[in-house]
Amino acid sequence: MSLEHFLHQAVSSWMSEEGPDSDIVLSTRIRLARNFEQYKFPTLFSHEEAKKIIAEMEQLLKTTSLQKFGPMELLKIDEMQPLQKRVLVEKHLISPHLAEDSPDGAVLLTENEEISIMINEEDHIRIQCLFPGLQLSNALQAANEIDDWLESHIQFAFDEKYGYLTSCPTNVGTGIRASVMMHLPGLILTQQMNRIIPAINQLGLVVRGIYGEGSEALGNIFQISNQITLGKSEEDICRDLMGVVSQLISQERSAREALRKTSNIQLEDRVFRSLGVLTNSRIIESKEAARCLSDVRLGIDMGYIVQMSKNILNELMILTQPGFLQQYAGGQLRPHERDIRRAALIRERLKMESEKIKGEE
Amino acid sequence: MICQECNQRPAALHFTKIVNGEKTEVNLCEVCAQEKSEMFMFSGQSGFNFNNLLAGLLKIDPSFQKPSQSPFQQEEVLHCGHCSMTFPQFLKLGKFGCAHCYETFKDQLQPVLRRLHGGNFSHNGKIPKRIGGDLHLRKQIDELKVSLQECIQHEEFEKAAKIRDEIRSMERKLAGNVEGGK
Repeated sequence: MSLEHFLHQAVSSWMSEEGPDSDIVLSTRIRLARNFEQYKFPTLFSHEEAKKIIAEMEQLLKTTSLQKFGPMELLKIDEMQPLQKRVLVEKHLISPHLAEDSPDGAVLLTENEEISIMINEEDHIRIQCLFPGLQLSNALQAANEIDDWLESHIQFAFDEKYGYLTSCPTNVGTGIRASVMMHLPGLILTQQMNRIIPAINQLGLVVRGIYGEGSEALGNIFQISNQITLGKSEEDICRDLMGVVSQLISQERSAREALRKTSNIQLEDRVFRSLGVLTNSRIIESKEAARCLSDVRLGIDMGYIVQMSKNILNELMILTQPGFLQQYAGGQLRPHERDIRRAALIRERLKMESEKIKGEE
Repeated sequence: MICQECNQRPAALHFTKIVNGEKTEVNLCEVCAQEKSEMFMFSGQSGFNFNNLLAGLLKIDPSFQKPSQSPFQQEEVLHCGHCSMTFPQFLKLGKFGCAHCYETFKDQLQPVLRRLHGGNFSHNGKIPKRIGGDLHLRKQIDELKVSLQECIQHEEFEKAAKIRDEIRSMERKLAGNVEGGK
C-alpha cells in the first residue's frame, strides 16, 4: 500500500483539517453518556440484553437516519481484528475500555469519523463528536442533534432530580464530557505548566497528557476537560471550559512571543535539529518522535519552517502509534521493528511534503 | 510541586489534614503515597484508582456507618430490587447496576454526589423532550414562587400580584397537560 493511499484511508477529519485556533488547539470533543431505561447498565447486563441493545440500534439505523451527518456504519467489537480495534483507539474513535473489555460492544461511525457512537461501553450509549480546532459550541450542537435523534426513538434513563442516569455517578446529570486537546510547548519551555495545572484543577477541570500516564505529556499535548457533570447546564460547562481554554491560548501565545524575544536563535536551533532528526533517523522511539514532532510543529506555527502543512503533527502523532504502524506494515511488529518502521514512515511523510512544494514550484 | 517524602518525583496526591483544628498539608508522589497508604486509610490495595477513592468517600459517610454498628439485629443488606446489586458491590465497582439503583441508594448517594460534583446534587441541564414539557413548567413555577416570596418580603405587592397570576395560569396549564395526557 502506498503511503498516500494509506493516509487517505487512515486520516480522520479532525487530524487533517484545520479548525479555529488550530495553531494551538488540535481538536475538540464532546461526549454524552446515555442509557436505555429498560435494560441493566453494562456493569451487570446479560449477554442477551447487550444483544438486544445492538439489535435496537441496528434497527434504528435501518429505519431512520440523520441526513446531516451522512450514512453510519456499525462495527461490532467481537467481529474486529485486534489491530483494527487498536487503530480505532489510537484515532480516539473508541475507548480502550470498549476495545478490550466490552465483548458485547459496538460502534457507529460516520464516514468522516467526526461522529462515533459507542454502544455497550461503560454506558449503553456514548455519543462522541470530534472536531478539528476549537469548536466547542459546534461540537455540542452536533452531539445534541444526535441525542435528539436517538431520544425520539429510545427511552433514555432520566430522573427529574439526577438528570441522565449513568452507570458511574461521576457522569450523572448531563452525562457530558467536553474536552479540548492543546499543543502547549511554549508553556512547557517557559516552565509555566506546573503552576497552571493546579490552578485549572481548582476550577473543576482536569488536565491530562495525551497518551501519557499521569501528568507526563507526550509531545507537549494536553487534554483539558470538565469534571463536574451535575448541577450545571451543558452550555455552562462548555462556557467554563471555553474560558479556561481561551486563557491558555493567550498565555501560550505570549509564551511563544517571549521565547522568540529572549532565545530566538536557541529556539530556531531546537526546531531545525528536531526536523533533522525526523528527516534522517533510521530508528526512532515514540517518545523521541513525539518530542521532535512537537518542536517541528512549533517551528511551523512560529514561521521558522515554511511551506510545510500544519496538520503534520496531528497526523504523525497518530500514525506513529504502534497500532497504525503495524497496520501500515500489514502485520505484527516487535518493538524494535516498530521503531525502524516509525522512522521510515516519518521520513516518507516529510518527503511527500517537500515533493508537494517542488510540484507547486 | 515535588513530593515531600522522596524530594524527587512530582507530587500527585495532595491532602489537607485537619486534626483538632491543626492544619497540615501533605504532598506525595504516587510511589511514596503507596508506601504510606496505611496512614491514609487507603487500605492495603496496590495502586488506587477512582473507584477506591469513591469507596473511600462513601465509607466515611456517617449515615452509612450507623446501621452496621448495631450488633443486635441482623440488618438486611441494602440491595436494588431491579438488578439486585448490593451496596457493598457498588462500593467495590464504583458503578451502578441499573437506573433504579439511584433510587435504591439515594440516601447514601446524596453526600457523594455533592463531593463529586462541587456541591451540586440536582440536574440543571438538558431534559428529554418526551418528559420535558411538564418538568420545564414545574421548574418555572418553582422559580416564580421564590420570586413571589421575595416581592412580598420587600412589600412590592403590585409586582407580587402579577407573579401570582402568572403562577396560577401556569398551574392551570400544567393541570390541563396532565388531563390531556390521560
